[in-house]
Amino acid sequence: MIDMPLLPLIILMTSLGAAPVLLALPERSARLRTGLNLAVAAVKVALVIWLAWKAAHGVVYDLRLSVLPGLDLHLQADPLALMFVALSAVLWLVTTIYSVGYLERGPHRARFFGFFSLCVAATVGIAMAGNLFTFLLFYELLTLATYPLVIHRGTAAALRAGRIYLIYTLVGGLALLLGTLALWGLAGTTDFVPGGVMAEVAAERPAAAQALFVLLIAALGVKAALVPLHGWLPIAMVAPAPVSALLHAVAVVKAGAFGIIRVVYEVFGIELAQGLGVTGPLIAVAAVTIIYGSLRALAQDDIKVRLAYSTVSQVSYITLGVALAGPVAAIGALAHLIHQGVMKITMFMAAGNLAEGLGVKKVSQMDGVGRAMPGTMAAFSLAALAMIGLPPFAGFVSKWYLAQGGIAAGQDWVIALLLGSSLLNAAYFLPLLHRAWFRDATPEAANAPARRKISLWLAAPPMVTAGFVLVIGVLANAPFSPLEWTRFIVTREFNGGL
Amino acid sequence: MTDVMPDPLTLAILLPLFGAIAAFLLPRAAPAIGLGAVVATAAAIAVLGHLVVQAGTIFVPLGGWGAPLGIELRADGLALAMLGLTALIALGVGLGALAAFAGETEVGGQPMARQRAFFWPLCLLLLTGMNGVYLSNDLFNLYVMLEVISLAAVGLAVLGGTVAALRAGLAYMYASLLGALMMLLGVGFVYLQTGRLDLAGLAGAPDSAALSAAFGLMLVGLALKTALFPLHFWLPEAHANATAPASALLSALVVKAGLYILLRLAEAGPFPGEAILTLMGVLGTGAVLWGGVQALRAERLKLLVAWSTVAQMGLIFVALARAGLEGLSDSWRAAALLILAHAVAKAGMFLAAGRIKDVIGHDRISELDRSAVRPALAQLAFALAAISLIGLPPSLGFIGKWSLMEGAMMAGNWHWVAVTMAGTLLSVAYFTRALTGFLRFDRVRAPLDEHRGWALADAPPVVLAGLAVGLGLAAGPILAVLDLGTPFGAIP
Repeated sequence: MIDMPLLPLIILMTSLGAAPVLLALPERSARLRTGLNLAVAAVKVALVIWLAWKAAHGVVYDLRLSVLPGLDLHLQADPLALMFVALSAVLWLVTTIYSVGYLERGPHRARFFGFFSLCVAATVGIAMAGNLFTFLLFYELLTLATYPLVIHRGTAAALRAGRIYLIYTLVGGLALLLGTLALWGLAGTTDFVPGGVMAEVAAERPAAAQALFVLLIAALGVKAALVPLHGWLPIAMVAPAPVSALLHAVAVVKAGAFGIIRVVYEVFGIELAQGLGVTGPLIAVAAVTIIYGSLRALAQDDIKVRLAYSTVSQVSYITLGVALAGPVAAIGALAHLIHQGVMKITMFMAAGNLAEGLGVKKVSQMDGVGRAMPGTMAAFSLAALAMIGLPPFAGFVSKWYLAQGGIAAGQDWVIALLLGSSLLNAAYFLPLLHRAWFRDATPEAANAPARRKISLWLAAPPMVTAGFVLVIGVLANAPFSPLEWTRFIVTREFNGGL
Repeated sequence: MTDVMPDPLTLAILLPLFGAIAAFLLPRAAPAIGLGAVVATAAAIAVLGHLVVQAGTIFVPLGGWGAPLGIELRADGLALAMLGLTALIALGVGLGALAAFAGETEVGGQPMARQRAFFWPLCLLLLTGMNGVYLSNDLFNLYVMLEVISLAAVGLAVLGGTVAALRAGLAYMYASLLGALMMLLGVGFVYLQTGRLDLAGLAGAPDSAALSAAFGLMLVGLALKTALFPLHFWLPEAHANATAPASALLSALVVKAGLYILLRLAEAGPFPGEAILTLMGVLGTGAVLWGGVQALRAERLKLLVAWSTVAQMGLIFVALARAGLEGLSDSWRAAALLILAHAVAKAGMFLAAGRIKDVIGHDRISELDRSAVRPALAQLAFALAAISLIGLPPSLGFIGKWSLMEGAMMAGNWHWVAVTMAGTLLSVAYFTRALTGFLRFDRVRAPLDEHRGWALADAPPVVLAGLAVGLGLAAGPILAVLDLGTPFGAIP
């Protein structure tokens, strides 16, 4: 097969190049827009598969453009990047299909899909960034591209949410800029290198290294929604359902979590971070976030807000696994990056269908919806059970490895934390399932006319992703499963420490 | 090159001057003459670029008399970058002006035919002055060229002919005259002290109180011309009330002339000392904060853009001051990058703001979302320019801010980093006011006809704003050009 050294750039350009075209398309060219969207998303999946195949066969991709002396824009395709790129490419295709159905005849579709495309391009850039400088570039682009999506509805609540979102993320972005500068000043490089680049600095100026770690994690923690920096996430729920789905599954929250993985493993190096004594506090923050998010989720009546607090809690599993600093926990963390994405996108799309089809937006309105929308609710239920950690679904696999990792790291209390979290997961998800399947619809709800027919565009995507949840859980040990891939990555990060 | 053929340095000054005269004498053909002169000037600059890349610094004695007695022109990398950028902006703004001054009348203003006729002579006169400043190598020449610029700039400011523009233009003229007077006094003192006016002669001049006073006078005069806080009072009204192409030239180019002279003085002389640098930084900080707050309160889009110029100029002074003890030898690159970035982005932004005002019919920020027509491309241009002015990656503005903060951090001057951060947040806040209005078209009652808002006139702002973002990727070559002929000495 021909060699394509520019493949990472081409993959980035698919959605980056599509964005201006989509923005410029007239509002009424709906078919052209849909065709272009789907074609680009499908081509991207194909290209990512090609990239993964080549990379697995030892082709090294390394693209550099010098911006300032010594400072490059750097794209590469290491296994960790491939994992995140693949996740975003696949889920983008699914979400695009869903969005086409969701926004049918809605206003501002040109704008929506343009920024949607830009948002995914930013995610791909974040995944393939080879240094913190490039990461920063796409991290800021992500902020800019998601803001119009958050305020898409243009209501007062949406604008308020957008403003809060912008304040949080831009302050976080500034902190990341400061951190990148400081890294550049201290270490003389911003490259992501397995094992880290901070060893010399930490030996000479441990306090500066610690401060830099705190600054970078706090900057990334804004998007990763670490308590107490999570305030924007539940408010941003006013965004349309596909936006929420993307924000929670691959784009914003995951960009933060992915950044934390890069910083801990490839800026500091996990052993150095442990030596600096900064992983302990990070474990504590993650643990607090896991419990706090779950507790807040319990009290929410709005389905999407409950899902949002659930995200706050679940994404911190990734941080927890990273901070536990053992290879097994790392496998759990990386696998959860994928697993949580697939599970949460299913639930948000299903919640969107409930709101669109039945007008059901609150938990208290969910009585009997299982009978009204069996397919959607089946997908939702499957994802919820997986999230709780029921074997053999995806969520169980990640929790299993996290627990093992906790034991391996000598932190046995992690098991209690995970059990407690699972109980809380059950406590805030099972009532929804109970209402949906085992209660009869209230009379007024049963007699209310259907608000909108749920087309196949809307019904199919959550069922497909629910299928993913099942498959990646059951076939976790098969070759090319996300779990296998994360094992491969972890072997690399820990220098064969398995 | 033969003796008959003038050198490209002289041509870069004479071509726009002859163009200005021709355009003034033949008002009907003014746009064609104007564009032709700009293109010809750009060609001369391209030739000059070729020479500078080969030779580094070029000196050309005018009329065969060299320094220190005669007038001498000089071109190096810094001058070349500024020349190229100015030609680019003049071309972009000129094309924008073709569209802006099309048609017959304007409500409450001058007839379009008059604006069309007078814009080009003024624009070319401005280009003459700007190129003259970049290429001058002695103080008196710099002063004369600064006056040429002031003349053209005041004319451009009042081109719209509205009462507000005339009033603002009058204030602008007084400020400009006062600044020029102080500059002239300073130049005179220098001549009395040292007996020569060429910049190279300043380097060897012995330090004396009189010389310091002379520099102080020149500095205050230049600060007035560059609208350094608190001497910025004339700028917002003058820039906001001019017609859009004029605003673009005023904000992108005119205020940069003073900064450029400041850079050249610093390169040549023993000045400025650390105390003065710190003072510039402090005043710059004041500009960043005060300009930002005023931009937050501005009710009209063009006024917001004008106040952002005050804030951005302040940031450039902070960039000059950022290195502390190292002085300007280290920090001038960050300032030069920010000057280039601000010029391109602000030209695009003012043109875009003008287009938005033309299409919607007003530029009240609170009602930007209540239009039946959507100037989509102009909004895009405004947003792109805002990205560069805020300093988000990968724009040229980002590279400038990165250089600024990098140097400040290396020198341990965290306070300048903090000022830059605060300025960035303020700029996000005030630009978001406008950008949110662009995104919100839900309150419109009339059916949305977005395509009426597109025209060829949108091309110049989009291209300029796009360049402001895209040039960040070419920061490496730009820095290489700036270093040609090693102004400020070799890279430390």
